[in-house]
Amino acid sequence: MADRSEGPEILRPARWTYIALTLLVAVGANLLALPGIAQVLRPDLLALTFIYWVVYHPRRLGFLPAWALGLIMDVANGSLFGEHALAYAVLMYLSILLHRRIVMFSMIQQMLHVLAILAASQAVMLLVRMVDGADFPGVSYFVPSLLGALLWPALFALIRMPLRPRLSADGA
Amino acid sequence: MEYSPPPFFKRGPGLLTRFGFFALISIALLVADARFGYMDAARNTLAAVVTPFQRLFAMPADGVARVGEFFVTQASLRRENDRLKRDALNNAAALQTQQALAAENDNLRQLLAMQQRLARTTVPAEILHAPRDPFSRRVVVDRGSQHEVRPGLAVIDRLGVIGQVTRVFPFASEVTLITDKEQAVPIQVLRSGVRGVTFGIGYDGMLELRFMPVNADIQNGDLLVTSGIDGTYPAGLPVAVVSNIERNAAYAFARITCTPAAGISSYGQVLIVNTAETHPDNPLSPQSEAKRAAPAPAPSPTPAPEPAPGRR
Repeated sequence: MADRSEGPEILRPARWTYIALTLLVAVGANLLALPGIAQVLRPDLLALTFIYWVVYHPRRLGFLPAWALGLIMDVANGSLFGEHALAYAVLMYLSILLHRRIVMFSMIQQMLHVLAILAASQAVMLLVRMVDGADFPGVSYFVPSLLGALLWPALFALIRMPLRPRLSADGA
Repeated sequence: MEYSPPPFFKRGPGLLTRFGFFALISIALLVADARFGYMDAARNTLAAVVTPFQRLFAMPADGVARVGEFFVTQASLRRENDRLKRDALNNAAALQTQQALAAENDNLRQLLAMQQRLARTTVPAEILHAPRDPFSRRVVVDRGSQHEVRPGLAVIDRLGVIGQVTRVFPFASEVTLITDKEQAVPIQVLRSGVRGVTFGIGYDGMLELRFMPVNADIQNGDLLVTSGIDGTYPAGLPVAVVSNIERNAAYAFARITCTPAAGISSYGQVLIVNTAETHPDNPLSPQSEAKRAAPAPAPSPTPAPEPAPGRR
């Protein structure tokens, strides 16, 4: 973030419709069919979007939308019913717990926090599956979390683009 | 860490309470789904909402493929056309003899008073996408219960068996591929007739033929076809080609790996094969118990009591 040295930017308030739109786009990105290995390595953009809204606009999103969209993802992925819902509940808990701390850090440090949160939510899904009898699928299982953390700065810039103050309106 | 808010602001239940609430509901759903399978109705309802969106979001990938097809050169089209004509000629010869053979086979079977093989009905379907789930090998196809697809039907492509329908939605169904870790296919070696069972190991492009004795008559390059003794897969469909055999006398079984015959991981058209059941009832199943119980009192002059309708 370029303007970190000048203090945090003051954003315009996010409308509900905009929040819903970003979530819808993120669900779409998760449902998008990709060829071959990209399908398995794809980072969970919906999880990233939830982290963004919780960290930068706390108290706008609660557990219920995350949990409900988690059920939708379970149906779409054919995983166990409640697996993503539980993972997103853990993700929301960690994000809300850490949101005051995360905003104080530089982008690199934020990415590390995001990595930890994403990995924790993936670990929950892994735990659920292993209790259900699956084998450990290898360390590559956590690659989507790593890619998600690398995508954090891009997603951060993209979501807040429409929320930044309009300079023309100020200059008038 | 979150410190407690001043008591004069109303803020609802605490963070841990809310988390605990949703975590408990999730775990309850998980147990209900994994242990008892109670969640199919809820899943079907949600799937009715999600499936159109999935179709929508699968479109960009299809679009890219279409644009790619548009720029196919004429030379490659002609090559393909030539190959298809050659294939059609070869197939025509095989088909003509096959009709004669089928008729002959029917006659022989009638002579031997064997059970006729029932005709198969097939449902053509298209693979929509593969779910994003690293724990299993599955694909979703665009035919569901509205097209008379049932769980348990075999799914083949033009080269061989790709898997089995495991979950059916109204307009889509989930096919578990034969490479999935929990998927087993009863097979027969085409050359020697040895029977066995292949298991998926969870990787694309590899199957394992387990529990074959070290001295079993099986070689590299042998074609494995379905044996049909499970009543799920029709007999005689190609499943895999043996790619590697390790015979070690120290172990009871040989380590045999094979490559699937069908294009397991490539997208395209598939055929869902509906076989009418030709195998007898499982001797231990409740239906056959009821059947066996019913004729027993028949010799007595009083009419036999109907089996209780609640008993299944």
